[in-house]
Amino acid sequence: MTMLNVGRPTQPQTAVPVAHASLTGARGLLQDEALIFELGGWDKTGVDLEPAALDASDLAGLTREAPIGLPGLSEPEAMRHYVRLSQKNHAIDLALYPLGSCTMKHNPRLNEKMARLPGFADLHPLAPISTAQGALQLMDELAHWLKTMTAMPAVALSPKAGAHGELCGLLTIKAAHEAKGQGHRRLVLVPTSAHGTNPATAAFVGYDVAEIAQTEDGRVDLADLEAKLTPDVAAIMVTNPNTCGLFERDVIEIGRLTHAVGAYFYCDGANFNAIVGRVRPGDLGVDAMHINLHKTFSTPHGGGGPGAGPVVLSEALAPYAPAPWVVSGPDGFKLVEETIDEAAAGFGRMVAFQGQMGMFVRAYAYMLSHGTDGLRQVAEDAVLNANYVKARLSGVMSPAFPDGPCMHEALFDDSWLEGTDITTLDFAKAMIDEGFHPMTMYFPLVVHGAMLIEPTETESKQELDRFCDALIALAHAAKAGDVDRFKGAPYLAPLRRLDETLAARKPKLTWRPEPTTVAPAPLAAE
Amino acid sequence: MRFTKDHEWVELEGDVATIGITAYAADQLGDVVFVEVPEPGKTVKAGDGLAVVESVKAASDVYAPISGEVVEGNPALGDTPETVNDQPEKAGWFAKLKIADKAEFDALMDRDAYEAYLGTL
Repeated sequence: MTMLNVGRPTQPQTAVPVAHASLTGARGLLQDEALIFELGGWDKTGVDLEPAALDASDLAGLTREAPIGLPGLSEPEAMRHYVRLSQKNHAIDLALYPLGSCTMKHNPRLNEKMARLPGFADLHPLAPISTAQGALQLMDELAHWLKTMTAMPAVALSPKAGAHGELCGLLTIKAAHEAKGQGHRRLVLVPTSAHGTNPATAAFVGYDVAEIAQTEDGRVDLADLEAKLTPDVAAIMVTNPNTCGLFERDVIEIGRLTHAVGAYFYCDGANFNAIVGRVRPGDLGVDAMHINLHKTFSTPHGGGGPGAGPVVLSEALAPYAPAPWVVSGPDGFKLVEETIDEAAAGFGRMVAFQGQMGMFVRAYAYMLSHGTDGLRQVAEDAVLNANYVKARLSGVMSPAFPDGPCMHEALFDDSWLEGTDITTLDFAKAMIDEGFHPMTMYFPLVVHGAMLIEPTETESKQELDRFCDALIALAHAAKAGDVDRFKGAPYLAPLRRLDETLAARKPKLTWRPEPTTVAPAPLAAE
Repeated sequence: MRFTKDHEWVELEGDVATIGITAYAADQLGDVVFVEVPEPGKTVKAGDGLAVVESVKAASDVYAPISGEVVEGNPALGDTPETVNDQPEKAGWFAKLKIADKAEFDALMDRDAYEAYLGTL
């Protein structure tokens, strides 16, 4: 017979040689990647533009003479650069992303499709109102549902993030106090477990900040609150559910005590996904609360896109809301742009235009596609998933508040690592090798070596089990004395332990070309 | 040298008090990356915020253990915040205060009392 002795071997290789380092430093399909400034030069461009034909400038001598220093890359180079970078990152589209207090849940693709409808995506903020009726209707209906879900009479849609919403809320509170001759109030009370943005916002608005102590079961200490509620207090800022993942059981009493001294109750709504559809903050005595559309209503965040932090306001604060807002009349929808004519007390505005339209569309699509029963289930599943994680991990890790259920996030301390020489940081780094983004660590500050896990409502039982199995295996390894696995982690990331101290002490904030790089003379004008 | 429960130390020379944070505090903070010291002329009461110290872990206020007027903030800490970790109870001092009332100093813990207090934490 004729032997076919060319071509590839047909038998499986029996002995696979041990892996060796590659010759280029690349790791297989995971390419090494330089900074875009190092990749790009002056000799390439991705676009072919006509030379600029300007012969006069209106910039009164401020025209840039030196080259701008942007890297030139061809289109495939630019494309590959960002695809390679994206492959080095964890993403919610890769696996569970348990970053506590951040609600890193799945972003339904339907939202994305709706946000890309040309009528929304291509709309200019200065387009004539008659051409933007659909967008205004959407904003009006979004406002309606936010008010309905929170039992609040007014909402400022324009703030562009949670902390921006806090700023909006406190500026509204300040305007209200000033209008009532209470502008002398100087103090804002914040619990010790608060998000750092709360005291920062209060200080930014010009208030002094005092801390409210926490009880042993992780909640606001009512006696301490009452003692600190003096006539000098302008507002309190409380997160509910709080950053320990616990519902503030005394929230109604907190509101009552606050109002009794003439202060306002600001609620940090970062954790609204745990109660949406089940609890209306307006019923709890809240005067102002920001809603992170990018958490509760699933618009992308965490590097994935801009945020949006609309603020709902109580009857007492509604007259002081910032512009703009949408009103409807016989001639259709219009924007109220000035607070001077319509409501003399408004403190002005937060942003130049109307806010994050793309986020409004995504949040609205999320609400309508879930419906009232679906939104209620969001809260139920968020809490159920966190309690499932808490129950499974409590066998090997130490819950910070073991008594009773948690809300949407499970909080552990590091007492279970005692004697292992392994820290919360080491444990978090080892999670990267197992294919998970670490949980939030060392926050809230009131819990030693805190590990705050928020699985979110969009994870299946299978994914939760995969995650819990990985953490339980790691916990056993830690207790068995497998210290190197943790101290050296991550072993399987593009970069290992970074020198965070050096980065904080001597940050390099700009990249400068090597001295040998010669920039060409600017193109001569035609 | 005298100490507070908030882990500040005070050393008195004449009527000028030098203030810093204790070795225990520096160790608990971890690597210090930023320090904000007060300007001369600022007056503080005991318990007021005097300086800010930021580590890779957290930002904390340093309280004035004693009332007085700031004579000098440690100029070296701006460029070398690591001094707070390396020599917390020496070169890593934060500020010098001209004090009004020595009784405030006398009321603070001595080293033995402070170490006994650390034992209870």
